[in-house]
Amino acid sequence: MELFLNQVFSGLATGSIYAAVALAVVMIFLAIDHFNFAQGEMAMFSTFVCWALLDAGTPYWLAFILTIAFAFAFGVVIERVLFRPLHSAPVLSHIIAFLGLFFILNNGAGWIWDFTIKPMPSPFPEGSISGLISYHQIGMIGVVLVMLALLFVFFRFTSVGLAMRAAAQNPESARLCGISVGWMIALGWGMASAIGAVGGMLIAPVVFLEPNMMLGILLYGFAAAIVGGITNPAGAVAGGFMVGVLENLVGTYIPFVGSELKLTVALVLIVAVLMVKPSGLFGRTTVTRV
Amino acid sequence: MTADTEVTGRAMDRERRIAGLTADGWRKAVMALILAAAVALPFGLGSFQTFQVTLVLIYAIAILGLNILTGFNGQFSLGHSAFFAIGAYTSAILMDRYEMTSYLTIPIAGGFGFVAGFLFGFPALRLSGLYLALATFALSVATPQLLKYNHFEEFTGGVQGINLLKDSAPFDLPFSVDQWWYFVTLAIALLCFWMARNLVHSRTGRAIMAIRDNPIAAATMGVNTALYKTLTFGVSAFLTAVAGALSAIVVEYVAPDSFTFLLSVYFLIGLVVGGVGWIPGAVIGGAFVLYVPNLAEGISTGLAGVLFGVIILLVIYLMPSGASGLVRLAVTRLQRGFDQDNNKA
Repeated sequence: MELFLNQVFSGLATGSIYAAVALAVVMIFLAIDHFNFAQGEMAMFSTFVCWALLDAGTPYWLAFILTIAFAFAFGVVIERVLFRPLHSAPVLSHIIAFLGLFFILNNGAGWIWDFTIKPMPSPFPEGSISGLISYHQIGMIGVVLVMLALLFVFFRFTSVGLAMRAAAQNPESARLCGISVGWMIALGWGMASAIGAVGGMLIAPVVFLEPNMMLGILLYGFAAAIVGGITNPAGAVAGGFMVGVLENLVGTYIPFVGSELKLTVALVLIVAVLMVKPSGLFGRTTVTRV
Repeated sequence: MTADTEVTGRAMDRERRIAGLTADGWRKAVMALILAAAVALPFGLGSFQTFQVTLVLIYAIAILGLNILTGFNGQFSLGHSAFFAIGAYTSAILMDRYEMTSYLTIPIAGGFGFVAGFLFGFPALRLSGLYLALATFALSVATPQLLKYNHFEEFTGGVQGINLLKDSAPFDLPFSVDQWWYFVTLAIALLCFWMARNLVHSRTGRAIMAIRDNPIAAATMGVNTALYKTLTFGVSAFLTAVAGALSAIVVEYVAPDSFTFLLSVYFLIGLVVGGVGWIPGAVIGGAFVLYVPNLAEGISTGLAGVLFGVIILLVIYLMPSGASGLVRLAVTRLQRGFDQDNNKA
């Protein structure tokens, strides 16, 4: 029983990170109808910025906030410079552009900060509550939940949030209402980048900081977004927690999987959900007109 | 353009002679020239360069496979490294564990690739565009982990991989090992390109392209879209697996970390650089993904990935139709130049 609870709690903790990455993926998907294959690398790059700030002696929470600001600006700049010109380009061009960005960030981070694995400090005290869940894990879940609450308030109760929702749902009408759809998309990129950065900073103390740390996490983030429904931000978050717990339980209780086939679990999950229920658990079905 | 004008346009093209040769004649002449150069190539190069050109051809076959799927059938794949790995491992395991002769392992590897691709084609049927890209992305990220899996270690050699030894030229032919395998690869590549060309120009090929252009209309016209899409996936994976088998033999080594997500990205970039839906483009794409990363490495070892990323972004922004667009542009310019000369005369 203790093993079970232990696995569930740590699944919820990593699940919170998947939820953050999934949320970032969904935000960009809603804005431009594409999967951002470089989402993980953007988060990794921001996490390195945080590490550099900490290394320079900045107090943790200040570095945390500065990194979020950096990630936001970074996302906006990437959208303006790289993806705005591709606005009406075919899908394949987008995929290649995401991959180009992937290479640049992955190698760029390695070049600036070295490829060696770095320990990342945690802002939370060491130790755990009766061996079941560590303070860092509680912190991860807590920070992600606070972030979600803030996002909910932003989208539900501010006019900018409303404008962003309008731009995503019906760009034509939104434009006619005087909303600058282009800037709403850029804003979406900035926020997605910032959300991913929070995920990166929280997971780095667990998986250690290095340029390739986010690839597996991104895959699970995609799986979470697909399970929850790619069109539903709240669903993606729920999907994140579910996928996190599932990953741990499958790894613990199905002997031939262990920790060696974790990525295959994500693969099977993605393919299975897309085949059986492509809209995910909480997504809406899209109907195309012929 | 309607079908009528296209047909008459082609007929006119066929009759028009430029410098004494028809368009078709020019095409044949250029092909013969390239072929002669390809045959002469290994005698002018050192053994390492020959080895590199062999790898270019291997990449070209793999990219050709991807082109059939993406360029002609409109299905995206970020997972072709998995089929390449299936080919390479089939070949390596047959040679290493069952002591099979290397030539025989190549068609078998292709067969395994076909079956794997055909089977993956079924879930792919339900996934359109982006979602298929995502599912195949997952496939290629998971592949190295599957290859390392310790319950398969008896066959795959786990993390260590498998070391192989390639046969030297038979019948005392006066070729070095590298030259011999260059010629074997060249022969297989020619066969693959010839088959691909015939496939695309056949009734089946028209069905495949119709599905890309308008799946609903194609189905209405009686094209069995499900069958053709899964078959295309199979053929595509077949070609890529053949390339994988050749790479295992030529490199004399397979290991899980040679078949990462990065390899799939290379194939996709090679496809776009060569030109989506243009068969000869695969060779240009193969050369690009072999030499450009090396070139980037030569400029700056630390920044190679960044440079490569910047180069592929530039390709997307500056020549989105890849080399095929450039070639087409050059051909039209040349034709126009000749026409003007003729008018003056």
